[in-house]
Amino acid sequence: MITGASSPLLRVDSLQVRFGSGKDAVTAVDNASFNIAPGEVFGLVGESGSGKSATCRSLIRLYGGSIASLPKGSITFNGRDLVRLSDKELTEIRGAEIAMIFQDPMSALNPTMRIGDQIGESLRRHQNLSSRAARERALHLLRSVGVTAPERRLDNYPHHFSGGMRQRVLIALALACRPKLLIADEPTTALDVTVQQQILRLILDLRQQTNLAVLLVTHDLGVVAQTCDRVAVMYAGRIVETGTTRQIFRRPAHPYTRALLNALPSSAGRKDTLAPIEGEPPSLAAPPSGCRFHPRCPLAVDACKQAEHVLRAVEPGHESACIRVGELGC
Amino acid sequence: MLIEPLLEIRDVSKTFPQPRTLLEVLARQPKRTLHALRGVSLMLRPGETLGIVGESGCGKSTLGRCLAGLHTPEGGEILWRRQPLSDIRRADRSRRIQMVFQDPYSSLNPRMTIAQMLDEVLFVHAPSMSSAERRDRTDSLLQMVGLSPGLKNRLPHAFSGGQRQRISIARALALEPEVLVADEPVSALDVSVQAQIINLLESLREKLGISIIFIAHDLNVVRHISHRVAVMYLGQIVETAATETLFGNPQHPYTQALLSAIPVPDPDIRSLQVGVQGELPDPLSPPPGCGFSTRCPFVMDKCEKPIPEFFDSGGEHHVRCIRAHSSTFSVPA
Repeated sequence: MITGASSPLLRVDSLQVRFGSGKDAVTAVDNASFNIAPGEVFGLVGESGSGKSATCRSLIRLYGGSIASLPKGSITFNGRDLVRLSDKELTEIRGAEIAMIFQDPMSALNPTMRIGDQIGESLRRHQNLSSRAARERALHLLRSVGVTAPERRLDNYPHHFSGGMRQRVLIALALACRPKLLIADEPTTALDVTVQQQILRLILDLRQQTNLAVLLVTHDLGVVAQTCDRVAVMYAGRIVETGTTRQIFRRPAHPYTRALLNALPSSAGRKDTLAPIEGEPPSLAAPPSGCRFHPRCPLAVDACKQAEHVLRAVEPGHESACIRVGELGC
Repeated sequence: MLIEPLLEIRDVSKTFPQPRTLLEVLARQPKRTLHALRGVSLMLRPGETLGIVGESGCGKSTLGRCLAGLHTPEGGEILWRRQPLSDIRRADRSRRIQMVFQDPYSSLNPRMTIAQMLDEVLFVHAPSMSSAERRDRTDSLLQMVGLSPGLKNRLPHAFSGGQRQRISIARALALEPEVLVADEPVSALDVSVQAQIINLLESLREKLGISIIFIAHDLNVVRHISHRVAVMYLGQIVETAATETLFGNPQHPYTQALLSAIPVPDPDIRSLQVGVQGELPDPLSPPPGCGFSTRCPFVMDKCEKPIPEFFDSGGEHHVRCIRAHSSTFSVPA
């Protein structure tokens, strides 16, 4: 078990999430464990379908109607097990102590409500503010996330805002009730690179000012390297490696992490050819036996086909699920 | 040695009229037009990969579509080996320039098998081929893009995103074009699969001697694959240079901001200093003069006047910024 610097704010233990029903049910998240300390930026990386979004959405029960059964395992947030809470109790936490921002800032805002009312709604709901006080606080929030002319913007509708401004509004909305944890699911994927830079900077500044913990879900290893303190790498529904950002980038201890880093076009200039990972990510409906990466892994041996999924420590704070980690030379 | 360009784009412009709402018509508000391309000039040499980068809305896709004949530019001209492209028949044009699209899910007909799709292209454009010849060609095309011909009787839904993009490339190459316009060919793909497609495009370019116009927003990918790069902003090209010159010595403030905004995949180089504030101005009413003047940290009064293009002594590195007007750069005579 990895431990954060201080006692964790969030501890996820053996989380399992299944979607669909009967024979069609797939395990989107299998036995995921990690924890996040207060003020820490924790990255969850992986390719599409690796289970990273399912993991973070299941923390606050935003998994829609297709869930097969309630998630198994435990999710301890601030001393309370979120899995055992009733829907009503969880609603008190969601939006107040744990807030979330999404990839697409357009569909996450209500197009028929003024921005000020949307921010105010959550304040009145969770903090019992009067509408005047809520408006004051909304104004302050918009200013703190860098929305220009916030007095005028309060009465605008979402379609009046550009993509980057909408993401700022969503962040203001998420921060309205001073959450302890912000779940950011691909927050900059829909944005241009110069705007992405502004939004990531904003999230890091807010972390600095309010000791906000951030669970950042992304597929972009550049974003991870620039923002995260610690990282978990997911492949086909499982966490295959976890460690500090530096450990993951400098001494990757799983062949998948290593291959992912090698497949990136370098920013340091032209290489002759890229080193792609052969094949395609597996279907979660029929995942390979043993280590799920073995069909694409250059180091796979027969034992990998039966290997049980266990994370083992490679060095303090750094764990890998690869049974051949000793031969990786890290 | 001067190599004759394959394609020459001269001062091309393209606008899209915007629909007015009933209220605007009644209020007699003027019609508005979106200026997608505002005087773009570029050339493409045989066998080279030209990268076109820029953020969403900069006009890079419109440019690609103008080249492939999917849009007709209003101003300027596009020359194919010195002959205006507009004089070339549509069928001849499509034998020379083919396109690969971003989304491999919507660019393939879901009701046609791969074999039918490739066969149709050949049937229409190469009527002299017998059906046996077409079948052989289909197989060899699939092999060329790294797919087993045994899969050719399947429908697109049976393939993954990366495989579909291979099929799109096979379809584009069926007529042996000389230029491939690839519009964000890898941005819908995962990193591990993205590298496969990039390597495929590179090896095909070498093997077949084709030129590639590679349109993308991912600067690292463009740097990897391109010989030369053009940076677009608000319908204009702001800088063009050989890849390493552009990345090593960017001259335009926008190029500099764009390059510094790439998140470096190295935790020891943390460079999240915000280079430029704000976002792209409304393309319906672009600022006068330099399009970047509303966000540029070095803006001066002169920037509101039309900005000429400056070239370095070799004419290979061009910048549309008055600050570049130094000893090494000059306006072409």
